[in-house]
Amino acid sequence: MAVDYAALKAGGFMRQKQKNTFSLRLRCVGGTVTAEQLAVIKQVADQYGHGYIHLTARQGIEIPFIKLEDIDDVKAALAKGGVEPGVCGPRVRTVTACQGGRCCPSGCIDALDIAEKLDARYFGRELPCKFKFGVTGCINNCLKMEENDFGVKGAYDVSYDEDACIHCGLCAKVCRENAITFEGDTLIFDESKCSHCGRCVKSCPTDAWKGKSAFRVFIGGTFGNHIITGKELTPLIKDEATLMRVADATIDYFATHSKKGERFGKTLERLGTDELQGILEAAAAEA
Amino acid sequence: MAEISLDQVENRVDITDVVCPVTFVKAKVALEELDPGDLIAVHMNDGEPVQNVPRSIKEEGHQILKLVDNQDGTYDLIVRKGEEE
Ligand code: HEM
Ligand code: SF4
Ligand code: SF4
Ligand code: SF4
Repeated sequence: MAVDYAALKAGGFMRQKQKNTFSLRLRCVGGTVTAEQLAVIKQVADQYGHGYIHLTARQGIEIPFIKLEDIDDVKAALAKGGVEPGVCGPRVRTVTACQGGRCCPSGCIDALDIAEKLDARYFGRELPCKFKFGVTGCINNCLKMEENDFGVKGAYDVSYDEDACIHCGLCAKVCRENAITFEGDTLIFDESKCSHCGRCVKSCPTDAWKGKSAFRVFIGGTFGNHIITGKELTPLIKDEATLMRVADATIDYFATHSKKGERFGKTLERLGTDELQGILEAAAAEA
Repeated sequence: MAEISLDQVENRVDITDVVCPVTFVKAKVALEELDPGDLIAVHMNDGEPVQNVPRSIKEEGHQILKLVDNQDGTYDLIVRKGEEE
C-alpha cells in the first residue's frame, strides 16, 4: 500500500528521517493539557514511542517515533483520553495563548477563552499556506503575538472618574505613554497617546480608572527564515463579535489573495496593506 | 476623604533595601503583623517598586490611602490593612 503522506500530514503525523516513523503532533489549544490527557499521552509515549514527548516552539506536544503500522492503534488510544492529533501543512495551526486574565494579574482579557473560540472556529481549515493565531493577555506580550499571521493582544478601553480619584499620582507614574499628566491637582488624559495597556486601571487604588476588555490585532507576522512582524491595521476592537468579524475577513482575504505556499506576510509585502486595511475597517465598523 | 499625613501613621516598613520580588514580600510580611484597619507607611524606591508594589497590595485586598512623593527618589505609600479572608 502506498503511504499517503499528505493525508498523514493533515492528521498531524510528521514524517521522521527514520523510515516509516512519525512524530505525532497533538491538538493543543493555548498550551493547556489536562491531567487526563497527560495520562494517556504518557501511556502512548511509553507503549508506542520512545518514552518521551517533545514540546514544540508553539505550545504543542509531539510524540516522536510512532511506527506507521501503529497509527490507527495510537489514534484510538489517544481518543480514549480526549486527545486528538493536531495538523501540519497548509491550514490553520495550533492556536497559542498565554494564561491571560484567568491567572495572570496583568491580564486584560481571558486569552485562553479567545484561543478556544478561535480554535473552534478555524482549526484545520484548508488555506493556501499555513496560518497561525496567537493570543496574548496584555501589553507585556509574553506570547509574542506579532509572530503570528493573526495576533491578538489584550487591552483595556479605559475611562476616568474624577469623583473617585484621590490624586495619588500613581496612574501617571505607571503610564508608559505619558498619556496621563497632572496640572496641579487636575488629571489630564490625552487619549491620543493611550496604548490601552490598562496599567492605570490595574494600579489605581480607588478604581477611579475603569477598564473594559478590548483587543488589538496584528496581521501578517511570521518567524522562520524571513521574519516579518505583524502589523496593526485596525483601531482598538471593543468586543468579541467584532474581533471574530475581523478574523473572518482576514482569513477570507488570505484564502483569496495568497499564492499557494505563500505566507500571509509575503502576500501583504506583494500587495501592500491598503486594500486589506479598508476591508478590515469595514468589517470592524459593521454592527 | 480627609487628608492624611505621614505623621498620623504609626507603622513603617522600609523596602528600599531589597529588590523585586522581595520588595512585595517584605511589605506583605509587615502587613501580616498588623490588625485589620491599622495604617502602615511603606517606604519604597521610584521605578519598578512604585509601579508594581501598590498594585500588588491593592490586589491583596488592602486599601491605599495616599502616595507621598518624598522628592528624593523615594515614596511612602499609606495603606490601611484590609479584613482577613
Ligand atoms: C511586586 C513584586 C514583583 C515585581 C515588582 C516584579 C517585577 C518584575 C519585573 C519588572 C521583571 C522584568 C520583566 C521584564 O524585564 O520583562 C520581572 C521578572 C521576573 N520576575 Fe518578577 N516581579 C515581582 C514578583 C515576582 C515574584 C513573586 C516572582 C517569583 C517568585 C518573580 C519572578 C520573576 C522572574 C523569574 C522574572 C524573570 C522573567 C524573565 O526572565 O523573563 N517576580 N519581575
Ligand atoms: S502577556 Fe500579560 S496576561 Fe499574558 S502572561 Fe504575560 S503578563 Fe500575563
Ligand atoms: S491604558 Fe495604559 S497608555 Fe492608556 S492611560 Fe492607562 S496606563 Fe496610559
Ligand atoms: S491612580 Fe487613581 S486615584 Fe491615583 S491619581 Fe490616578 S486616578 Fe487618581
